[in-house]
Amino acid sequence: MNERRGHVEVARDAVARGERTAESITRAALDAIARQEPSLAAFTAVSAEQALTQAAAVDAARARGAALGPLAGVPVAVKDNICTKGVPTTAGSKILAGFVPPYNATVIERLAAAGAVIVGKTNCDEFAMGSSTENSAFGPTANPWSLAHAPGGSSGGSAATVAARAVPASLGSDTGGSIRQPAAFCGIVGLKPTYGRVSRYGLLAYASSLDQIGPFTTTAEDAAIVLDVIAGRDPHDATSADQPAPVVDAATTRDMQGLRIGVPRAFIEGVDAAVERAFAAALDAWRALGATIVDIALPNVSLAIPVYYLIATAEASSNLARYDGVRYGYRATLSPQDTLRTMYERSRDEGFGAEVKRRIMLGTYVLSAGYYDAYYLKAQQVRAALRDSYAAALATVDLIATPTTPTPAFRLGEKVADPLQMYLADIFTVSANLVGLPAISLPCGMSPDRLPIGCQLTARMWDEATLVRAGAAYQAASDWHLMTPALAGA
Amino acid sequence: MTETPLDAAEIHRIAALAHLALTDDEVQLFGRQLNDIIEYVRQVQAAPTEGVAPMSHVGGGDAHERADVARPTLDKRAALDNAPDAAPEAGFFKVPRVIG
Repeated sequence: MNERRGHVEVARDAVARGERTAESITRAALDAIARQEPSLAAFTAVSAEQALTQAAAVDAARARGAALGPLAGVPVAVKDNICTKGVPTTAGSKILAGFVPPYNATVIERLAAAGAVIVGKTNCDEFAMGSSTENSAFGPTANPWSLAHAPGGSSGGSAATVAARAVPASLGSDTGGSIRQPAAFCGIVGLKPTYGRVSRYGLLAYASSLDQIGPFTTTAEDAAIVLDVIAGRDPHDATSADQPAPVVDAATTRDMQGLRIGVPRAFIEGVDAAVERAFAAALDAWRALGATIVDIALPNVSLAIPVYYLIATAEASSNLARYDGVRYGYRATLSPQDTLRTMYERSRDEGFGAEVKRRIMLGTYVLSAGYYDAYYLKAQQVRAALRDSYAAALATVDLIATPTTPTPAFRLGEKVADPLQMYLADIFTVSANLVGLPAISLPCGMSPDRLPIGCQLTARMWDEATLVRAGAAYQAASDWHLMTPALAGA
Repeated sequence: MTETPLDAAEIHRIAALAHLALTDDEVQLFGRQLNDIIEYVRQVQAAPTEGVAPMSHVGGGDAHERADVARPTLDKRAALDNAPDAAPEAGFFKVPRVIG
């Protein structure tokens, strides 16, 4: 059964038992990245030297008999909107070209303390705004299953490199689906923790009431291992919480006895036929494992996308005001008579890409005098109503299941000219962010043209354990997560 | 609330509020796209929300407050390291002349 274990577990155990050195695992990861980058373009920076130094430290610790951390020797890639001391961090934006953070995000400190080896930074939509990784100043990342298709976004690079089996795990951030949607498009596991479970300190803010950092892995159990390392209260983030951990123990229950899964049938009507079939088969698998499947209603859920794009852009317009060409990042070339205001306006216009500017404009508009009540305040009221809908449903069921996305991966270039069409790709994922709930995407099928399909489960606040239990039970009974793109072996 | 679509003057007004010097092409493109998006998000206005308190935050981590004690922060030199224009010896960021 060893081959069914996740890649995090396999690497960690090999190092712990002395079967492989952290250095050899790290070199293999760096080699795979180098081999795949011409096809995938998943990375914005590869920190080979630092990675080998971290790996050597793990090997030295083991040699002297020191206790090893839960991720000792495990290579991890990190989305480029998470600050890494001494390693460029751009969030896929020209406005941060050349920015080298003077500090580490809390999740980076925790990964390092657990012995993880950080191999580099991954490509993403600029400031995490997008669903395809095409809004990156560095160009798009490709889907390892089909290079003509998008890997999803915004954490597309983090998803692509784990799907291509270059690294066992990566970190992404999820504001409206940016971990779960690319996980679905790339055929891997993506977990968005409960809001407050993981510190956001050092995450370049997009929409602060929605942003949350989480892992990409090949198994639900691996996701729990990484989550347990990065989770917990951090004095640097007032919204972070100490909640029952570890989550990973839940992965050992291999059944679904006593669990009820609710399906919002009306909401998921009209999805792609292959997605519908794969989703139905996943529900059958959970039923066979002992779960009860029931239909539920989720009032107001059809308004989740408009609510999301009103609230997220309002918060973004405020958060991105800090990029002004003064303290860091890009500054426009000025002539001596130019004013401070000209410097701000031109630096921002030249430094930000189109989608970021669109969202700043929309957010500024909905917060401006005369429109605030009609748009922003109204969206916050519908958000509260949506929270109540989820609370009512989760009083009768333990999990809510939907497809992660209405279709498998779309083609690169297919939606870039029509931002609204791109927004609609987030229909099933934005709600979890608006109401703060944890959610996971699990690979559950393949389309006729061999593109992965994902199933999403949402649980109660702080109940990642049930997500992991359901995911591990499903993966013990299914093989979708074992399928790898041809590129992985190339 | 207005039902009038965003015209070029309104786009310029928003861009000025957001400190963005948009090009003429951008004014045209964003004007069209933002009108489409606003038309779409406007559907929230039909939702019955009378008496519903607005929610700005999920409040998951019950907002810890820290003690009001001074703690070390980023070193001045490190803070200036990433500036596009700075006077590190003097300890300043440099910007275009603001006064006379």
